[in-house]
Amino acid sequence: MSHPLDNISSLPHVLPMDYDVIIAGGGLNGLTLALALDSAGITTVVIDVHAPQESLSPKFDGRSYALSAASQNMLDALGMWEDLADHAEPMLEIKVSDGAAGETPSPFVMQFGDEDFSQGPMGYMVEDRHLRAHLAEAVEASNVVFRAGQTITGQTVHSTHVTVTVEGHPPLTAAVLVGADGRTSRTAKMAGLTRTGWDYNQSSLVCAIAHEKPHHGIAHQYFMPSGPLAILPLTQNRSGIVWTEQRQVAQDIHNLSDEDYLSILRPRFGDFLGEISLAGERYIYPLSLSTTHRMIATRVALIGDAAHAVHPIAGQGLNSGFKDVAALAEVLCDTKRRGQDLGIHTTLAEYQKWRGFDNALLCTATNSFNRLFSNNNPILRGIRDLGMGLINAAPKLRTGFVATAAGAAGDPPRLLRGRPL
Amino acid sequence: MQGNQSTVDPAEVAKFETMAAEWWDLEGKFKPLHMLNPCRLDYITQQISMEFDRDLSADLPFKGLRILDIGCGGGLLCEPMARLGATVVGADAAAGNIPVAKLHAEQSGLEIDYRHITAEALAEANEQFDVVLNMEVVEHVASPPAYLFACQQLLRPGGLHICSTLNRNPKSFLFAIIGAEWVMRWLPKGTHDWNKFITPDELFGLLEEAGLKPEDRKGFVFNKVAWSWSISAQDLSVNYVTASTKPT
Repeated sequence: MSHPLDNISSLPHVLPMDYDVIIAGGGLNGLTLALALDSAGITTVVIDVHAPQESLSPKFDGRSYALSAASQNMLDALGMWEDLADHAEPMLEIKVSDGAAGETPSPFVMQFGDEDFSQGPMGYMVEDRHLRAHLAEAVEASNVVFRAGQTITGQTVHSTHVTVTVEGHPPLTAAVLVGADGRTSRTAKMAGLTRTGWDYNQSSLVCAIAHEKPHHGIAHQYFMPSGPLAILPLTQNRSGIVWTEQRQVAQDIHNLSDEDYLSILRPRFGDFLGEISLAGERYIYPLSLSTTHRMIATRVALIGDAAHAVHPIAGQGLNSGFKDVAALAEVLCDTKRRGQDLGIHTTLAEYQKWRGFDNALLCTATNSFNRLFSNNNPILRGIRDLGMGLINAAPKLRTGFVATAAGAAGDPPRLLRGRPL
Repeated sequence: MQGNQSTVDPAEVAKFETMAAEWWDLEGKFKPLHMLNPCRLDYITQQISMEFDRDLSADLPFKGLRILDIGCGGGLLCEPMARLGATVVGADAAAGNIPVAKLHAEQSGLEIDYRHITAEALAEANEQFDVVLNMEVVEHVASPPAYLFACQQLLRPGGLHICSTLNRNPKSFLFAIIGAEWVMRWLPKGTHDWNKFITPDELFGLLEEAGLKPEDRKGFVFNKVAWSWSISAQDLSVNYVTASTKPT
């Protein structure tokens, strides 16, 4: 065995480091983490492969997010909610029901309302364009360095830092590299963090509709045999639609004209919103689950889809990513305040412990939930009708269900409770 | 009066020399200390920030403070103190620890004054500090009263002394000796001599005798479910820490 000193002395001296943290990926999670770290005085550079104008369009493109109360707390703690609130629609109630197209819904309808959750609305619907624009604005006003249109070509971990090479630019050093680069994360690959996952043979059709009657802040989730249909309240008389079908059926529907598309959508949720029309574009996303076995490697941590891309059944993808952001920001902030090396293994291990189990659970839960509901087997249907009836009958169970859906379960990081770092 | 008398037990120094190179291997022999370190640092940073009215969320909050870490080992406490802006002296009676600590500080871009010297020799040289960190050392010295007196001498009036050690009771024998050394193999057998362990009341007494004013005591508790350490106000049964000040 070689003496540990031999290895240490052979390393080049490249200090002081350029930044405390390098974030690969300037999506919603990457930028939010950068802002959180900046609020704790941790220097951060975000490197994103896309040119800045690619993701920023002022026109509504039909994409929106169901932000949990916990996610909203974090945006508030980071000083972004005040401006964003004008563009957010509170979700006051979520109605969940088991309905098959062309049939009346089953007698058990699960309802979650404000009274089930003591901390205000269950969440907020926010359009993608608004969230992105506000994040970009906040980053611009912060100390975060955002380098758009640049490609990371390599990463090397040393005993005291990590070096990242960027195409056409000098290499960068930092204490920690964060992979916020999505489900095909190159950061994860280069760190040797292996993935697992499966394909559902389903696709989600996503669009926004304008409707005649008000939605009263109520979100609906119908569990159909082919997959769930969610109707989520947007500002004014508009709603976001997430509609899941067998892959080929979804593709066929997606290929239809707007008019034919609407004629298929209409009977699926009845006429309670009156006449409907498309607002923005239509999207189709193949559903698959992709998760890494671990969220950390030496001086590397993964957040969001890079660690766990889940089936978007309950709108938990971004919320789950925001939980990663809040947890990682907190352990790094605490490490800085106790004077330790930000990339020390004990710190990243704390993050893994905090988020690893939750993520594994979410992947499993989301998956079984979908398998249970996306099925026309009469026995399974009986079980889920009974299950939803029981949830309605047991207020405690239901409150737990809502709290989990709102991201407030477990031991939440400070930011998710709306407190600063 | 105790100035010339060395309180270092030569057999104890030799033991640590053999371990010196492994200080910064987080998965190595010092893994338990690395696991405890965040908890120790939380206590230390909170005590210092309260005593000297510093804001831990500010940049370089310990700027202007001169801190001594006795038994600095590989620099597990010195480096964090230096990162927080303090002027740091790391002293260790084991010569082998010094080059390891120096090299690591240099690699980390930190300036720390590491010295192969005893607390008594530093006191004799009239060195003065705002804070003396005395973590997991007192159970290894030949004469705790003489050693703590030297620690007191090293403090400026109004200075802060943080001292942690192991309690002496059947539970600490079970956990620190049987558990940590024999079963978990966290520490090499013979790292600790249970008879040298000191109870919190005894330590408070010794601190007062040395001319320090005991201010606070807390436990470091290992949670076997969460597999991590935390600070406890009640449970001082195995590992514990004290804060005391030198009267002005």
